[in-house]
Amino acid sequence: MKPSVLPNDRYDAELLAEVRPSDWLNPKPAGRYNLVVLGGGTAGLVTAVGAASLGAKVALIEKNLLGGDCLSFGCVPSKALLRSGRFYADLHHAGHFTGSEPIVPSPADFSAAMERMRRLRAELARHDSADRLAKLGVDVFLGEGTFVDSSHVDVAGATLAFQKAVIATGSRAARPTIEGIEEAGYLTNETVFNLTVRPRRLLVIGGGPLGCEMAQAFSRLGCEVTIVHQTPYFLPDEERDAAEILAESLRRDGIDVRLNTTVESVVADRGEKRARLINYDQRSTVEVDEILVGVGRTPNVSGLNLEAAGIEYDTKRGVQVNDFLRTTNRRVYAAGDVALEQKYTHMADATARLVIQNALFLGRKRLSSLIVPWCTYTDPEIAHVGAYVDEAPDRGFRMKSFTVPMSASDRAVLDGDEEGFVKIHVRAGTDKILGATIVARHAGEMINEISLAMVAGIGLKTLSRVIHSYPTQAEAIRKAGDAYNRSRLTPFLANLSRRWLAWRRS
Amino acid sequence: MDTTVDLEALERDAVGYFLRAGHPANGLIADSSREGSPCSIAAVGLGLSAFLVGVERGFLSRSEAAGRVLAALRFFRDSPQGEEPDATGYRGFYYHFLDMATGRRVWNCELSMIDTAILIAGVLSCGCYFSAATPEEKEIREISRFLYERVEWPWAAGDSPALSMGWKPEAGFITYRWEGYSEALLLYLFGLGSPTHPLPAESYRAWTRTYQWENLYDLEFLFAAPLFIHQMSHVWLDFRGIQDELMRDMRSDYFENSRRATLVQQRYAQRNPRGFAGYGENNWGITAGPGPGFVKRRELGGIERQFYGYVARGVPFGPDDGTLAPWAVAASLPFAPEIVLPALAHVQATYPEVCRDGLFTSFNPSFRLEGEHTAAGWISAEHFGLDQGPVAIMIENFRSGLLWNVMRECPALVTGLRRAGFRKADGRLLR
Repeated sequence: MKPSVLPNDRYDAELLAEVRPSDWLNPKPAGRYNLVVLGGGTAGLVTAVGAASLGAKVALIEKNLLGGDCLSFGCVPSKALLRSGRFYADLHHAGHFTGSEPIVPSPADFSAAMERMRRLRAELARHDSADRLAKLGVDVFLGEGTFVDSSHVDVAGATLAFQKAVIATGSRAARPTIEGIEEAGYLTNETVFNLTVRPRRLLVIGGGPLGCEMAQAFSRLGCEVTIVHQTPYFLPDEERDAAEILAESLRRDGIDVRLNTTVESVVADRGEKRARLINYDQRSTVEVDEILVGVGRTPNVSGLNLEAAGIEYDTKRGVQVNDFLRTTNRRVYAAGDVALEQKYTHMADATARLVIQNALFLGRKRLSSLIVPWCTYTDPEIAHVGAYVDEAPDRGFRMKSFTVPMSASDRAVLDGDEEGFVKIHVRAGTDKILGATIVARHAGEMINEISLAMVAGIGLKTLSRVIHSYPTQAEAIRKAGDAYNRSRLTPFLANLSRRWLAWRRS
Repeated sequence: MDTTVDLEALERDAVGYFLRAGHPANGLIADSSREGSPCSIAAVGLGLSAFLVGVERGFLSRSEAAGRVLAALRFFRDSPQGEEPDATGYRGFYYHFLDMATGRRVWNCELSMIDTAILIAGVLSCGCYFSAATPEEKEIREISRFLYERVEWPWAAGDSPALSMGWKPEAGFITYRWEGYSEALLLYLFGLGSPTHPLPAESYRAWTRTYQWENLYDLEFLFAAPLFIHQMSHVWLDFRGIQDELMRDMRSDYFENSRRATLVQQRYAQRNPRGFAGYGENNWGITAGPGPGFVKRRELGGIERQFYGYVARGVPFGPDDGTLAPWAVAASLPFAPEIVLPALAHVQATYPEVCRDGLFTSFNPSFRLEGEHTAAGWISAEHFGLDQGPVAIMIENFRSGLLWNVMRECPALVTGLRRAGFRKADGRLLR
């Protein structure tokens, strides 16, 4: 099937010209490659460009669009829509800032927001373009790559010999197992950004990051949104306080939040879709125009003929790798969604860098040593890095969380962003940072400071010595460090301090 | 400010609720003062213990209290236990709400683990208190033991170590489980202490696994947002000087923890980050309970406020809509009298309308109707047994330690504490 995006307007045409040029001629294979990369998403692109910049002879194979999910169907388009949505939310809350009545254009211009998204996506596509890759010294092969044996890959009629290969074929939206939904039709992250006309009513199935982000964006762009999530809290891995703030935030936006609820069946009837929901013993029905499903990801392992190369895999967990990201074939590594539980673009990037060192330079970098933050870009954003509190018992120590509500940050108050908190988890009795959760409008930016501290082995005590510009929301992190210092001021030390100062006065 | 508070009057009003709301024949107690309210088994549990306060303070005679208690105990002993949807209970647990006259399940409600534990707490307190050799008091002791020993606590865990929050014959177990610090401390202790159907020790570990020890406003404590969580188990248990493994490691105890949680409420109200009317040093008490309703209102200056109906309000992350619960302030009296007494005096002086016939469940000074002139704003329409019980018992615990002393004689509770790993702060075993 010829790769395409819809509505195939001028911006989509620009996008395709960059990441799937119709006139592209695959190069002639150049002997044995240092590295053949299967998949041109984030993991593949970083691997290929990084290796080429170090002098490796690299081939990159992509069967669909360069840039992968992130560019076409993931982070890039979703964040563009979230930004438009935030604009309308700010208009709605204009009274907070101006004292005036809300200035809400009626209705929000959904089509314009989608067009803006497509324009920006096409702009950013230049970074991932086939031409740019070729100029950087990467042989780009558009077509479907399949292993022939443990050291050869076929693509579009050519056979590429490799010293090392990297599987970076990513993942795709998991198919829901709901009665009638295939017949009724549904959107996933791969099709939702094709919309040009606002669906009046939208049902979002799944309260993971994608579901929550899109529910909020579409609601703010004027859709009546219902979100259904099967467990009691959104974002099942996150802290309960964070998940509760998120649920409350979605409700405030007017979203019909159905937690602990599953969709039993869907039927299409006279132009609308009717979904039957069950919440424990309560049944209900919602009628909508579109359904967006975000119920997980499935690794792209089919069609690669992995068996021929002796690479073990699982259709649910993906390609099997060890801590060095090497597959069961010593010549082949894997990076990104196809092999990882944490399917994030920045994880794809980080593992790609790790693979370059391990595959080409005899490196021994371990996956388990990575400190990985992640963020759900709702409003407020929910970001996390490192350990969660319930991991402490297994690790045999106690954890303390230094908590600073965002309302304690002057800047957050001035910005009207008091909702949320900074929680920094340390090992009890020390200032060693084990992890953190931040809920704030810009939590995704703020979490990077904690990640840096963890990578560099900087303790919470030291963070209190870092001068933060005033007023900034990130100051809440320093305040957590201050709280740590105050907690170390034992009655004995406080008494000593008082006596010293009293003596100095005398 | 005059901080004189007539504690006995507050106790009398609170015990009075249970005297008024009790069914003379079957001993069941209404959930709330609302006309037609069904019985809540938690209100029964709290009421049974509140009667003991009433006896000690002379609000009712020992024989009247024994008569009321015995009526309730006989009802729970004899009422149907089974899988039929209109039974009173199943496997020793009881449905959350019962018809006041027939004692059968109403509202298609759930078989409630925590409310059964609160009921059992009241039942056992009576079993310990009524120690005389009269036939009536002897029967109280016998039925009390029977009801406790009939509860099949491990069944409520299903195939998980943590207990489910409920069960319905139509749908099975509720997927929500009792995990992380909450009022369920009491539930686990009773389960662990059962001589007939004890919970395995892993269940307590599963429950404590998601405990969060936080430093907030310069106070370190085991975090839970709503105030009542820090009170409910303490209605019957004096946690001073006893520690489980976590509290040993953190050099604290659950009593001190509740003291800090109470101080956190005050510090939050002083900061008042959401700018609600009335919040301050002497005006706090943010907990689960009814509110003005699920409505949005736009205030002068264009700020939009979201108000709520019945939700578990908490600090500092919310939900918080400006609704305050004076009863919850009173129930913190034993933990922090130096801030509770001035707060109660403030409420009585500033909002006298929320102190009629006992402290009201909640009020919201930020939610005022057009033309309304009372400072209290919205006021809950009724009193709840779940609120009046802690008021009566915790004030008495502050004054005399009545229920704490009574429950020290409860062997099941001591066993439960020991199996949960509690020891005295000096390392000695509990006896």
